[in-house]
Amino acid sequence: MFNRLQEKLEKSFQTLKGQGSITEINVAQTMKEIRRALLDADVNYKIAKEFTNTVKEKALGANVLTAISPGQLLTKITHGELAKLMGETVEELDTKGNPAIILMAGLQGSGKTTHAGKLAHFLKTKKGKTPLLVAADVYRPAAIDQLHVLGEQIGVAVYSNREEKDPVIIAKEGIAFAKSNGMNLVIVDTAGRLAVDEKMMTEIAAIKNTIKPNETLFVVDAMTGQDAVNTAKEFNDRLDFDGVILTKLDGDSRGGAALSIRQVVDKPIKFIGTGEKMEALDVFYPSRMADRILGMGDVVSLVERVQDQFDEEEARKLQKKIAKNQFNFDDFLTQIKQIQKMGNVKDLMGMLPGMGKALKDVEIGDDAFKHIEAIISSMTPKERLKPEIIDGSRKKRIAKGSGREVNEVNQLMKQFTDTKKMMKMMNNKSAMAGLMKQFGGMPGMPGMGK
Amino acid sequence: MAWLNIFSKDKKEKLDKGLEKSKEGFLAKMSRAVAGKDTVDEEVLDDLEEVLVTSDVGVETTLKVIKRIEERVARDKYVGTSELKRILREEIAALLDDKEENKSSKFTIPKVDGPYVIMVVGVNGVGKTTTIGKLANQFKLQGLKVVIGAADTFRAAAVDQIKIWGERTGVPVISQGMGADPASVAFDTVESARASGADVVIIDTAGRLHNKINLMNELSKIKNVMKKVLPNAPHDVMLVIDGSTGQNAFEQAKAFTEATEVSSLAVTKLDGTAKGGVVIGVSDQFSIPVRYIGVGEGIEDLQVFNKKEFVDSLFG
Ligand SMILES: Nc1nc2c(ncn2[C@@H]2O[C@H](COP(=O)(O)OP(=O)(O)OP(=O)(O)O)[C@@H](O)[C@H]2O)c(=O)[nH]1
Ligand SMILES: [Mg+2]
Repeated sequence: MFNRLQEKLEKSFQTLKGQGSITEINVAQTMKEIRRALLDADVNYKIAKEFTNTVKEKALGANVLTAISPGQLLTKITHGELAKLMGETVEELDTKGNPAIILMAGLQGSGKTTHAGKLAHFLKTKKGKTPLLVAADVYRPAAIDQLHVLGEQIGVAVYSNREEKDPVIIAKEGIAFAKSNGMNLVIVDTAGRLAVDEKMMTEIAAIKNTIKPNETLFVVDAMTGQDAVNTAKEFNDRLDFDGVILTKLDGDSRGGAALSIRQVVDKPIKFIGTGEKMEALDVFYPSRMADRILGMGDVVSLVERVQDQFDEEEARKLQKKIAKNQFNFDDFLTQIKQIQKMGNVKDLMGMLPGMGKALKDVEIGDDAFKHIEAIISSMTPKERLKPEIIDGSRKKRIAKGSGREVNEVNQLMKQFTDTKKMMKMMNNKSAMAGLMKQFGGMPGMPGMGK
Repeated sequence: MAWLNIFSKDKKEKLDKGLEKSKEGFLAKMSRAVAGKDTVDEEVLDDLEEVLVTSDVGVETTLKVIKRIEERVARDKYVGTSELKRILREEIAALLDDKEENKSSKFTIPKVDGPYVIMVVGVNGVGKTTTIGKLANQFKLQGLKVVIGAADTFRAAAVDQIKIWGERTGVPVISQGMGADPASVAFDTVESARASGADVVIIDTAGRLHNKINLMNELSKIKNVMKKVLPNAPHDVMLVIDGSTGQNAFEQAKAFTEATEVSSLAVTKLDGTAKGGVVIGVSDQFSIPVRYIGVGEGIEDLQVFNKKEFVDSLFG
């Protein structure tokens, strides 16, 4: 596994080769690099300083074994410490009680409303809850409408009262509504507010004290910079919140704010937001976040997302076909559809170590898929089942029917044959990765297919 | 008369002292350490580094500023606090692009053929729609005829939101409802604004993360389609950056510039504790001027960017 920080560390450690252990002198430059990496990732200044000191303590005197380069060793220590700070375990949401109550709080534009919707969807589909969304943002224009639209999308009821201007009362009414309608989970969406806004902070504290939620969740944008510490601390002082939702992680921010928040308030990050769709909510894994902050790809996460979307039944069928060498264009299309379900492929591949940069220039949009779909649907059922019968004149007809060029049909034929070959060589789950690799046109994907 | 003069001088000094005190800490410490010297000692530079980095200025830009300060001190030597403040202000301000000098507290729309079109872009939740509402209000107060285009047809209730701002400001909002093609909305808006002889058009767009290629392509398309009505439209592409954003603002500026040739910046939410220091480096690297700052959720809470005040606020 290769990454930018490690690369830098290797460089700054070149002088160390041949020496037996890490010493004060040879560690100084390295600590600077680590600190810089953390600051570039938006880890708070003071926390980055403290952190590098801790790493230094750990590193001093550590033996540099011949098997492992000093850079690797340092990366390992750094990563380990970081993961430790991010929290050791995955923290579950408390949804006991009838109804269980969740309160959303955070700055303006951090993603509270969207994540209220996502949480409702998650708890409904994965935990069998009957949620109610409560619209207690009475300030931002159309905030209530926004929640109603989301509720409709996910088939979850929304309580609002446009006549009422006091969010405390709305929240109370919402809970009463849930009780009398047999809903066992209430999620209260609130207006965004700045920590320095005394009136608004008093208001959210009042909401909390009135409804006594099981979980108060602090929603924060992963792109947040140094101010994350101030905001998190202030919200925590007022609300003593239970957990954090880190949003917009489908962007390319390194998310150092996560570390800062964790350090300052010592509250777990429970969920991460990874897109605008209602499904785009993931459980938070501390060690992966450590990878991301340090600029290492998130391989595990990718593999899991692939697995999550992979239908076991389909998989078995596919395996049989591959074994019998019967993999055809219909299967190919099914596979592509599954990849599409997983979201933007580039986002996924961007999670792989060293891939992010390389991928910046590669275009794999939905368009690419659309073209492939168009070509395949221009094939006759027979052609799809027996691709080997597709000759020159058939190719021309297919190209014409799909509005693509003949060379695009050729390209697809080649991708198909390559995929087929590759699938034979690999087991099923990684077949998917193999397919993705085909479309990325990328050289080897480290960590996959093993 | 003389008596009055003396009094006012006294009063002024008091005021200065009061101000100095509120900017306590860093500046005082720094000037004590450097007064009369021709080098800045390590500890002071560390402090400067801390102030800048914790304001989100970023390591690279901070190192740039420190280098400038060191060179300046080696050349000119320090004399006192006010001097130091000036130097800091000058050196940081030098990084902020000033293709246009915002000497006035009003931004005057340049004269163009047909309406002046502003397209507003940015990542999700930064404050695009709110900024548009505030802008519409300012232009309206300047006596200009404004039209808003509701080209965020994606985010839930986005059209309702911008329509409310239209009502608040008394500005017409051109919309084709949710789910409509945003490029078509932009086209319609510019066309109808031209037909009705409007002075300014502001196009709201859906928030999007800058690493999503499809969405960025869509933005280029929205931008280009307006040229079919007015060859020079949009005259301004304004990137809105949330003041609490960290170093990711660089990636944002890069991607949005590639997709739409961003020509101005607006920094929002500076009414909080975040300093928005990242725009210094962004403005420097991409040569884009900062034009506005958002300082609240109210219709009046938009100010024309002022370098001096901005730099001072970093040390405030
Ligand atoms: N305190 C403060 N809040 C602001 C400012 N500008 C915008 N907001 C708030 O930030 C939140 C998001 O603002 P919007 O204008 O909806 O942001 P947007 O960029 O249009 O959001 P999307 O269209 O969803 O991407 C709202 O709650 C606004 O009231 C500001 O300068 N200060
Ligand atoms: Mg908007």
